[in-house]
Order: sequence, then C-alpha cells, then structure tokens
Amino acid sequence: MTDEPLVLGIETSCDETGVGVVRGTTLLADAVASSVDEHARFGGVVPEVASRAHLEAMVPTIDRALKEAGVSATDLDGIAVTAGPGLAGALLVGVSAAKAYAYALGKPLYGVNHLASHICVDQLEHGALPEPTMALLVSGGHSSLLLSSDITSDVRPMGATIDDAAGEAFDKIARVLNLGFPGGPVIDRYAREGDPEAIAFPRGLTGPRDPVYDFSFSGLKTAVARWIEAKRAAGEEVPVRDVAASFQEAVVDVLTRKAVRACKDEGVDHLMIGGGVAANSRLRALAQERCEAAGIRLRVPRPKLCTDNGAMVAALGAEMVARNRPASSWDLSADSSLPVTEPHVPGHDHVHEISGENLYS
Amino acid sequence: MTVALHDGTDVIASSSQVDARRHGELLLPAVDRVLGEAGLALGAVTGVVVGIGPGPYTGLRVGLMTADTFGLALGVPVHGVCTLDGLAYAADLPGPFVVATDARRKEVYWARYADSRTRVTDPAVDRPADIAEQVEGLPAVGAGALLYPDTFPQAHEPEHVSAAALARLAAEKLARGEELPAPRPLYLRRPDAQVPKNYKVVTPK
Ligand SMILES: [Zn+2]
Repeated sequence: MTDEPLVLGIETSCDETGVGVVRGTTLLADAVASSVDEHARFGGVVPEVASRAHLEAMVPTIDRALKEAGVSATDLDGIAVTAGPGLAGALLVGVSAAKAYAYALGKPLYGVNHLASHICVDQLEHGALPEPTMALLVSGGHSSLLLSSDITSDVRPMGATIDDAAGEAFDKIARVLNLGFPGGPVIDRYAREGDPEAIAFPRGLTGPRDPVYDFSFSGLKTAVARWIEAKRAAGEEVPVRDVAASFQEAVVDVLTRKAVRACKDEGVDHLMIGGGVAANSRLRALAQERCEAAGIRLRVPRPKLCTDNGAMVAALGAEMVARNRPASSWDLSADSSLPVTEPHVPGHDHVHEISGENLYS
Repeated sequence: MTVALHDGTDVIASSSQVDARRHGELLLPAVDRVLGEAGLALGAVTGVVVGIGPGPYTGLRVGLMTADTFGLALGVPVHGVCTLDGLAYAADLPGPFVVATDARRKEVYWARYADSRTRVTDPAVDRPADIAEQVEGLPAVGAGALLYPDTFPQAHEPEHVSAAALARLAAEKLARGEELPAPRPLYLRRPDAQVPKNYKVVTPK
C-alpha cells in the first residue's frame, strides 16, 4: 500500500484551482478554490478573471492539500498537472506552478490530459478502472464519449458534441429562466418538481442518418429559449419547473441513450460518467436505469470528484508513475486543444507547437 | 523573459531572451541553464526576486507563479520588484526621466523618476498622446518610449528590463534594510469581460 506512488496533482483548466494528493488509487486530499462567484455576474467563465484567481489561489491551495493529506512535499513521487485541454491562460498558471514545484523539489513532472483525468478519478471511488471502460464526460466545457483500454496510453474518441457542451446548455437555459449561473444545480433542483414530459423538446442527432455517438445541444437550446420567449410574448406565465424538467430530460435522454448504445456496440460492460453534469440527479438515475436494463455496470464518482478538481489529475499522475510512463520535460507547455488521444505529454526532443491563439494576449 | 543569479555581491550568471510568445516553455529551462552556468542547484538559492509588472499579463503570471512556487518549495522569501523600477535602475541616469514600456493597444505603461533609484509617480497605463505634457522635455527609456517618438523624442536604451537589473536593485534595497513589494501582479487594467445581454425578468418566483 505504501509502495503505491504518492502524487500531487494541479488542475487549472477552467475556473477551479484544484490541488489533490493521492497514493495510488487512494484519495488523500482534494483542495479546491473556486472563482465561480466572480464569474456569476458575467453569466459564464471569464478567462482573464479565472487566470487572475488561479495565481492568487495556487500556493494556499497546495499548502492546504498537503496538510489535508498529512504528507510532506519531499515524500511525493511526482507532480502531475493538467496540460490541456482548457482555457489557455488558466492552464498556463497551473503548468507554471507545477513545473516550478517539481523542479524545486527534484521530482518528476507529468503533464496530463484533463479528459483522461476525469475518467481516471473514478479509481479513487471504485478502485482500478476496468479495461476497457466506456466513459461519458459531460460538463460546461466538454461532452464526449470515450473508450479507453489503458487510461495512461489509449483513449479513443467515440463521439463528441458538434456544437455546445451539455453544461453550456444548462447555463444558457438557466439564464433565459433568470435562475443565475451556473445553471446545472439550479435546473436540477427546479426539475425535481416539474413534469419531464410536459413539453416535447427535440432530441438532437437522434435521427436514423445522424452520427450515432455525436451530440448536439445547440438546437435544443434554441428550441427551449424560443418556447419560453413565445410564452412571455403571449403574456403567459412560464412554467419554470416543467421547462427545467422537460429540457433536462431531453439532455439526459440523449446522453444516456448514446452511451448505452456505444457500450453495447463495443461489447463494453462498464460505463463511467464524469464531468460536472454527472452531478445531475436525473442523469444519474436514468443512466442507472438504462445500464441495469442493458446489463452494464455503471460507475459514477461522488459529485465533488465529477467537477474539476486536483485529485483527478493526481489520480492519473499516479497511474503514469505506476505504469512507468516517461515524465514530461521542463519546457512542457499548456496546450489549450490537447487532443483527447494524448493522455499525457511525455518529454520530447522537438519544439512543441503552441496551439492556443489567445495564450499570450 | 530574463533570469539572473545574484550571490549577494553581484550577478554571477544570467540569460535573456525576447520571445513574448513562449514564456511558459522557456522560463524553467532558462533557470536551469543559469544555475548550471554557476554550478549551483536551486536549493542554494536563499531568496527569489520577481518582476511584478506592469507588463503583458500572461508572461507576468508565468514569472510570478514560478517565483511563488519556488518560494513555497524551498521555504525562502519571494520579493517583488516593479518592472519599471528595474528598467530605471538599468538606465543609470542621474536626473529626472521617464520609463515607458509597451502596453499594446496603443498604450504604454509608464512612470516618472527623479533618478535611477527614485520613482516619483505610480505606474500607470495611458495613451502616449495623453501624457505628452507630463513627460515633456524628459529623457525616456524602454520599448514604449522607443515606440512613440512623438511623445518621447529623447528615447533611448535600455529597451527591455533584465533580471540582472531586478536582482541588483533588490539586493541593494535588501542590504539597506528596505522592504520590497509583495510578489503580486500590477495589472493596472481591469479584466476584459463581456457581460452577456440579460433577458427581461418575467419569471415567477
Ligand atoms: Zn472538466
């Protein structure tokens, strides 16, 4: 047990400054500082506000995580950090911190993929990931269906959203309903008292000729906004609870239907759901129901591990150490569009291309 | 992007590169190179000095985050130095002058100095034409001064700040027992943020 790698992970791809500590598949600490309140009045995450908040929160959050874990920095076997994908400027704060920390401590550095980390975090909850695992990742930044046979080296994209992320749709509809930001939790709450079948909102990309595993939430978003506006234009009261429930049902119906279909098609008997939207109670319930019916074992981490956090990065870093993956080099860069097929960024000889356009604004 | 090692007496190794696009990648290898040149490991460092701007935010944060984290890992103090002060120090001028750096968006970060060690105005960000009166007749240094000769006709080198100058200035001040600013960024501008158009409130409670 104590032979398992002790890793500290840093996550700054969006608005949460997360620092986690794990030993192998055991969670020791999960410290998060969120700047969500600073973004609330803008109705979405403002990149420059997020970058500023990460800089201020980093050192205190590292301190807090180490204290919570009851370990000393010198005992660490490695430092892991989200290298991408995410907001370029925000990622860069975390990468700078992780590199300096690893360098100063003389520890190996592992730049890892944010999406692979969302999958790997479930090891902290339910033990080693089955291989292969099908993963449905849904949040404000991503909506993907991924198949992994080895989380440190093989993540294959099955499908993804072709427009908005699922979480974005929740935020947008919450804004139209004047429910505030972020939209996920508040829609979930209103939906519990509403009728999911009250209004028949469209299910995107579910036609016979549509891509089987891809998602689209833009059309649904527009349909719901139009429906609400029509009600208002007619001077009628908007049934907020029914709208929330019917909208939410349209989202989770498509997500779970496609995820279960992918499992069946690929002969995979495990489905993992991660990302902030995985905290949605209806998504969890419907996924459970449909997985049971299909003979699939469902794995969903507790909500705090589903949203962005440092423990998920540490979990993947620990797996990198355990499987002897090469460390990253000191010139590791933040890559805002790091492909999902690259679970980590090993050291390299060539100069890495910067892909983030607004990285140095 | 500039790194220097100061041993308490003077700078013993340094490296400067002008590549505003790759701070994130270049900084740590440069630290490693400078330490290697001096034959030392980072553990030998007893304090960290970092430019706190004003300057482009992304590069500023790379420097500050690196310095902050070095301080945390090594348990050594981290000191801030105003980037304009570093340039003023390097300019080595005896009388009043101006330091102006490029703030982009047709603006400069600037401050007035009585001499190389004495700043007399707070760092500010302005359009060159708007401060013409305040800097009239004064020599000026920095890339911002060189960029706008109409406002700064007496502009000259140094163009960019060097870590060597920051380290020398900080060492001098610390030796005199002066307090240095906290290693927190001088942004001078509020974050750009688009407030989304809101729908009219007609939703029942
Ligand atoms: Zn995420």
